[in-house]
Amino acid sequence: MAENNIKVMAASGDQMVAEAFRQANPDVLPVYPITPQTIIVEEFDRFVAEGRIHTEFVPVESEHSAMAAAIGASAAGARTITATASQGLAYMWEELYVAAGMRLPIVMANANRALSAPINIHGDHSDIMGCRDSGWIMLFAENAQEAYDDTLISFRVAEHPDVMLPVATTLDGFITSHALDRAELMDDEVVAKFVGEYKPERSLLDTDDPVSYGMFANLGNFYMENKLAQRKAMDASMKVLQEVGDEWEQISGRPFEMVKTFGMEDAERVIVVIGSSIGNARHVARILRERGEKVGVVGLRVFRPFPAEQLVNALKGAKAVAILDRTESFGGEGGPLWAETVAALTKAGVDVPCRNYIYGLGGADVTVELLEGIYEDLKELPAQAAKHEIPAVAYRGNRS
Amino acid sequence: MSWDISGYEKWTWDEIPLGAMTLEGGTGVEHKTGDWRVKRPVWDKEKCKNCLFCWVYCPDNCCEAKDETMVGIDYEHCKGCGVCAQVCPFDAIHMMGEKDARAEEEGEH
Repeated sequence: MAENNIKVMAASGDQMVAEAFRQANPDVLPVYPITPQTIIVEEFDRFVAEGRIHTEFVPVESEHSAMAAAIGASAAGARTITATASQGLAYMWEELYVAAGMRLPIVMANANRALSAPINIHGDHSDIMGCRDSGWIMLFAENAQEAYDDTLISFRVAEHPDVMLPVATTLDGFITSHALDRAELMDDEVVAKFVGEYKPERSLLDTDDPVSYGMFANLGNFYMENKLAQRKAMDASMKVLQEVGDEWEQISGRPFEMVKTFGMEDAERVIVVIGSSIGNARHVARILRERGEKVGVVGLRVFRPFPAEQLVNALKGAKAVAILDRTESFGGEGGPLWAETVAALTKAGVDVPCRNYIYGLGGADVTVELLEGIYEDLKELPAQAAKHEIPAVAYRGNRS
Repeated sequence: MSWDISGYEKWTWDEIPLGAMTLEGGTGVEHKTGDWRVKRPVWDKEKCKNCLFCWVYCPDNCCEAKDETMVGIDYEHCKGCGVCAQVCPFDAIHMMGEKDARAEEEGEH
């Protein structure tokens, strides 16, 4: 590990993201506050007010404007950040696709939160999973430390010449964004050296070398080629993520694993989950394993690009798999994590019975009993699968 | 900058500029959009007082002026929105059906 002046913090995930943003020394932050992301911009605003950082802080009038301004700033060659959540992210919708299509390396923090109606300010993945096809790289932090590490890694990945894509670095609303956690803040200079300086190839403001971004591509006129280029960049980001993550491990001592496993050396019944609930599942699996039950957890830290290979490898020995989605895909066979996981297993020819659960919507509690119940369900799954009677997607944690 | 677009019709995904960029400025001049027009503004030099309202209001820079004097309308790019005719205080611009205008032009030749 490199020489490092590490400060151990009792901090919320939002505070750690704000610190990471400060240390990355961005040029422009256009932003509109929304719970549970607000602490990020409040903290960052304080850094600006105290003169600790010279970022252009642009308090815009809406999230639509925040992303529009971020697109303009990034196209002008500025290292650009923003942060949002829930309705704010939904309001950015069309702009998210523009940022990705113009290949702008914006880094955005999202404090994952439910969408109205009914109105709800608490954590789930309805907002972020809704934009999974927008062309943004999507990282899911399990805790405040990962929120910090992911944010720093994001800059290197977004700005990498093989990638040049926007990154959403996300943390679960309130559970991770607001709860105090133990997290290590690395030395400013060490981080500055790791993140480096953004040297854009072109700038929209360069009048000596003028360019236009996102030009008209109508009927057959390179629209397909541009989309394919985005897919290729997303594919390439997989390798870059791991390389940058490994480099960060050399500095921080913390491994960057796109797929985190617990008990998978012998687990037969497995929960696949993403976000803060990985910790809950690990806690329950530990209790059950102490009783001799062969259970395990496979948690994802990256959703776009989807780490299919690592996920399939982790699940190869499983006998029954529960895939937990903290969002709905009404009318679908299951949630987004279900769909991706099942597709990855099918493609790899791994035949393991899977069933899908919807849990924790609008911040509904993710209890020990809930997760124990799912592991209990899985005992029946192989027999149900043999009879082609795998139960349909089911809610857990609701009044029934 | 000089930008080589020879053979661009065959460019593949890894040859097109990143982010659908055009690597030079002022390319709109090359893109003739006047044929979208249904009606065209016809400028009457005799009535015109060179107030240049039309020049200010035209959303597409198609009312052309030189040395503070109106010189004509750029039909290669004018889309016939009619704003110039609407704002003219001297009725020096009127809208004419494109089909009639073209028939008239052909009659002249």
